[in-house]
Amino acid sequence: MTTINTRMGDGSPLAMSEDELRRDIDDGISQAVENASVAPLNKEEIEYLVELFKRPDRIVGVEPGKEIVLTYDAATLKIKRHALFEDRVNALAMYERLLGADTLELCHIDYSYKTLKPIVSYEQATLEQALSVTHSPMFYGAMPNLGLYTQPDGPFPNPMELLPMGRIAEGRAAYDSMVDAAVEDICFISEIMWESGADGINFDTVGASGDPDFKASLLAAEKLKAKYPDIAIEMGMAGEFVLGMHGEMWHEGVRLAGLYPLDQLKLAEKAGVTIFGPVVNTNANESVPWNLARTIAIIKPCGERATIPIHANMGMGVGAVPVTDYPPVDVVSRASKAMVELCRLDGL
Amino acid sequence: MGVGDPIGMAVAHAQASGMGGMRSAGDLVARVQLAKKLRLVEAKKYVADKIKVSVNELSDPVIMSEVRADLGFGIMMPLGGTPKGLECKFNMARVLDLEINCLKRFKRMAGL
Repeated sequence: MTTINTRMGDGSPLAMSEDELRRDIDDGISQAVENASVAPLNKEEIEYLVELFKRPDRIVGVEPGKEIVLTYDAATLKIKRHALFEDRVNALAMYERLLGADTLELCHIDYSYKTLKPIVSYEQATLEQALSVTHSPMFYGAMPNLGLYTQPDGPFPNPMELLPMGRIAEGRAAYDSMVDAAVEDICFISEIMWESGADGINFDTVGASGDPDFKASLLAAEKLKAKYPDIAIEMGMAGEFVLGMHGEMWHEGVRLAGLYPLDQLKLAEKAGVTIFGPVVNTNANESVPWNLARTIAIIKPCGERATIPIHANMGMGVGAVPVTDYPPVDVVSRASKAMVELCRLDGL
Repeated sequence: MGVGDPIGMAVAHAQASGMGGMRSAGDLVARVQLAKKLRLVEAKKYVADKIKVSVNELSDPVIMSEVRADLGFGIMMPLGGTPKGLECKFNMARVLDLEINCLKRFKRMAGL
């Protein structure tokens, strides 16, 4: 009997039989169908995944001609995370000319639009310098991060304190105020960076604070597109469904709480977003084949129906990539290949 | 893509499924996605037609390094006397028939 060597969702090694592999793939698909109301994968797609995991190769890749482009959220921040104290302009040149990055992203270590306001002129000057010595398209990126808008760090009452006390209306009113403030901050930074020459603005980890976070990002995209019709905006999501922190927040007649990637995409398209980054969270307690099957079933409808480029999130802990700081290439390359070839993606 | 450990993440994805950035034409295809909201197939065809190569050749580092050098688009190991940075972006904007945002600022600041 063939032993298939793969990994758990936390990256730890796992040996399975082919029957166990098939059971995990089927179960992952069933979970996707149940959770996100998507169609199951067909027989050919399931066999593709079985063969992919049966291959003994350490690293696999897409067929020639099927290569995609990559965006790198918070790229310069990741250099600092390795305790490499490289100037950010040089770090971007390294991404481009040592790592072969298709796109670049300048960001600040405090990766939120709100915190950038006092230091924006320094960020602006760095961006302008970086743009003059690099070649690849460059984003400026940060998170909407509505969590920064509550007391004591921010100006508004904390709904997470109000809601458990039954003060629902006050909690929702606080969220409404946070949305207005976040839209103003996102637009303030984005306008300056676009005027300074950025090729695109990245709204990263959208929805991390739930439906108000998503609402603020959609409104900011609409406002920016109205002022700058040519502005490019990438919207990368935080999780696979929008948490209903407010619960009654609507946009374009759609309730935001509980939306899965395809419905998120439709709103992003309407708001004028240029590139959409859907997310499926990796379950560390299940195998990578389980996670990959589930992820593909949820993301595939986005790739099939999108009118804008789809760059699925496949960083650590999402897109079937294990939840570990040191993702092994055997499973990352399998997830990369399968997502690109089965989901009709435009990038990662 | 969220790049954690670059070897485990950025390099793994780049090797498994990436176009290769300036090693090939990944940056050019990405530029077209951003400027024209084109999906991958259409963006690749747009670039291939403009620089007169086949779609499959766009991901070939040997062919594309020569094409990039000829067109002044910038290469991974730039030699002295060759276009770099903004100079390459002017060449890309002309050949690909694209507006590149930072060039508008450059012209404005330089009084051109």
